[in-house]
Amino acid sequence: MGQQNQHHDHDHDHGHDHDHPHAEIAQTGMPGYYEIMETAVRELLVERRLIGPDEIRRQIEVLDSRTPALGAKVVARAWVDADFRRRLLANGRTACEELGISFYDDTQLIVLENTDKVHNLIVCTLCSCYPRPVLGLPPDWYKLKAYRARAVVEPRAVLAEFGTIIPDDVEIRVSDSTAMVRYLVLPRRPDGTEGFSEEQLAALVTRDAMIGVVPVTLTAPPAPGGTLQ
Amino acid sequence: MPSPTPAHGGRIPGVVPADGEEPAFAPGDAVRIRTLSPVGHYRVPLYLRGKAASVEAVIRPAAIDNEEEGYGRNAGSRRHYYRVAVPMTAIWADYRGNAADSLRIEVFETWLERI
Repeated sequence: MGQQNQHHDHDHDHGHDHDHPHAEIAQTGMPGYYEIMETAVRELLVERRLIGPDEIRRQIEVLDSRTPALGAKVVARAWVDADFRRRLLANGRTACEELGISFYDDTQLIVLENTDKVHNLIVCTLCSCYPRPVLGLPPDWYKLKAYRARAVVEPRAVLAEFGTIIPDDVEIRVSDSTAMVRYLVLPRRPDGTEGFSEEQLAALVTRDAMIGVVPVTLTAPPAPGGTLQ
Repeated sequence: MPSPTPAHGGRIPGVVPADGEEPAFAPGDAVRIRTLSPVGHYRVPLYLRGKAASVEAVIRPAAIDNEEEGYGRNAGSRRHYYRVAVPMTAIWADYRGNAADSLRIEVFETWLERI
């Protein structure tokens, strides 16, 4: 306990501003069934020397290094470079690899282009398959059963709840990524961005736009809680 | 989109592909997602079983059958996945939206039959 207090007393100026008070980050309550199973399997694998702590830490670093900023870079490049866009739509994985994004999980990637005639929406009804190499971890709502079930039954109603009204004459294609390929939506480039640089364009592209639940707009609203994730 | 050409580039006369090496279906083919009830690991959602679909693309390269892989049986299980399209109105009788709205999904070859 003494050590913990000491830890909490130190200067908090490490990487992010801490101008807001918050409760101590601590584990409360008993770990769940799958948490216990994960710990048990991990400890057994380490104990039997099948994997080491360094490999686990390394993989966590790999996962942490993937964020929607990578996907945004891909989208912005596709908007400014017609040849890249063509290659991206022909083979999502190799085009992303051109930009230095590796596919550590050995998945293929299909990039689906939104147009004024077609709107694409991505879901995984069986679990939470997601293009992690280019977007990082999926948002919590993507994993909830309500989204997973309703996205394939009433996509227009689900989109409306995200504030996205799709006109009746626009075709909706819902891609259920359950098997082995991952999907990324290439959103429409917003009007009024003709003079934007590639970096300025990338800053507009949000995670949710690349899942297909919202369009890209000139004023991207901050994610809930004010933190971009 | 992947083209319906042989799996490994051009075709040399006299070279015979093994069973499953070449895709059984091509873009535009009409297929039905089979109604199977396997025990164990599978990746075809219940809501699509028995539905008629149209092949949109062959997914390359050929892949191991996940259902076999789940039990460590990989040999000879390599086949193609197909991205198929099913009209929403064919899945849900009371679907509300554009009649062209559709569901897209990749389905392993063993789960498709020609119609």
